[in-house]
Amino acid sequence: MRCRSCRGDAVIEIRRHHAAFCTEHFFTMFRTQVEKAIRRHQMMAPGDRILLAVSGGKDSLALWDVLLDLGYDVTGLYLGLGIAEYSDRSHDVARAFAAKRRARLLTVDLRRDYGYDIPTAGRRGSRSTCAVCGLSKRYVFNRAALEGDFDVVATGHNLDDEAATLLGNTLRWQTDAIARQSPALPGRDGMVKKVKPLHRLSELETAAYAFLRGIDYVVEECPLVAGNTQLRYKEAMNAIEQTSPGTKSQFFLGYLERGMPLFRSEDRAELRPCESCDQPTTGRFCAFCRARAQILGHRLGTDPGADLEPSDREVAQELSEEVLPAEIYARAAR
Amino acid sequence: MKVKLRNPDREVQVRGGRPVGSVLEERGIAVDSVLVIRAGELITREMRVRDEDELEIRPVISGGVR
Repeated sequence: MRCRSCRGDAVIEIRRHHAAFCTEHFFTMFRTQVEKAIRRHQMMAPGDRILLAVSGGKDSLALWDVLLDLGYDVTGLYLGLGIAEYSDRSHDVARAFAAKRRARLLTVDLRRDYGYDIPTAGRRGSRSTCAVCGLSKRYVFNRAALEGDFDVVATGHNLDDEAATLLGNTLRWQTDAIARQSPALPGRDGMVKKVKPLHRLSELETAAYAFLRGIDYVVEECPLVAGNTQLRYKEAMNAIEQTSPGTKSQFFLGYLERGMPLFRSEDRAELRPCESCDQPTTGRFCAFCRARAQILGHRLGTDPGADLEPSDREVAQELSEEVLPAEIYARAAR
Repeated sequence: MKVKLRNPDREVQVRGGRPVGSVLEERGIAVDSVLVIRAGELITREMRVRDEDELEIRPVISGGVR
């Protein structure tokens, strides 16, 4: 198999592009796709302070690597979830990457800083493990970005992630969630701007990039994710992609070009500070504080009705501009 | 040929002397869902593997919520 650009030996085939690339030209293609994503969705500007959510997986480390190479001012934020050896290994590779690239890495630890970890939260709370994990991540990343005066929060969501989310939301016609599924969500009322610069690149491409760049990343899957709905949607899309390469990108990138304008949501609830933590919320207490109080067995406020449990959908919607089907429907992952 | 599979980590023996794509097909693995690594390098599906090769088939799928 020959490189599309130089006819040299190819190391990776991208079937949806009907192309293969040598290492050098694959890196060029990868960076070009990231730059195109940033430019098209006005994700970030030179001089912006970017906070990158770092999990230790291939996507977040590949994104960190390419953004640094493109000259952006990127600080990593690792969130310790307390998932035994998996979290220890994730933290180790995040620290090793930061040291190698002389980049800044911040660390928040759920157990140390908020009094619980994800396995405990999955057992004690009413939400699925994936739901409380996603809620915790969005809360911590937004709060850290506000407190650290960052302009943008970047995450490593790739094309497969976005296509699976769109599939899940479409299967249930969650039109409000579909309307919010944008690669760049502008900041507002205490919510920092959020961007996904890898949304044009598949998991195969981000994994190959990380491998070819010599980035040590966590290959192991989160031990709590088995049965996750998002994974099942990915498997369904991969089955279609196997015989019809390009379906995933046509589905998601086609949605961005032609579908998203049809789902514009005008219904934006007013945000106000949470009475417990000052972070933005639509009610008295934010979803994170309600979840944390439930996990820790605390009560919020003096009004007996103040911490009544909202539905999972309300919880997911309240803090996020995006609702992932995995968070709402992944009861099997508890 | 020795093949290392991941998640969970394990090793299996498969027959060499054929393209990588044939090995993946035999094991029911979608070609776009894995990296195939031989001697520290990525190889594409049409490349032939030998009985004395050692391969790693590394899944690229990740799940959960970021």
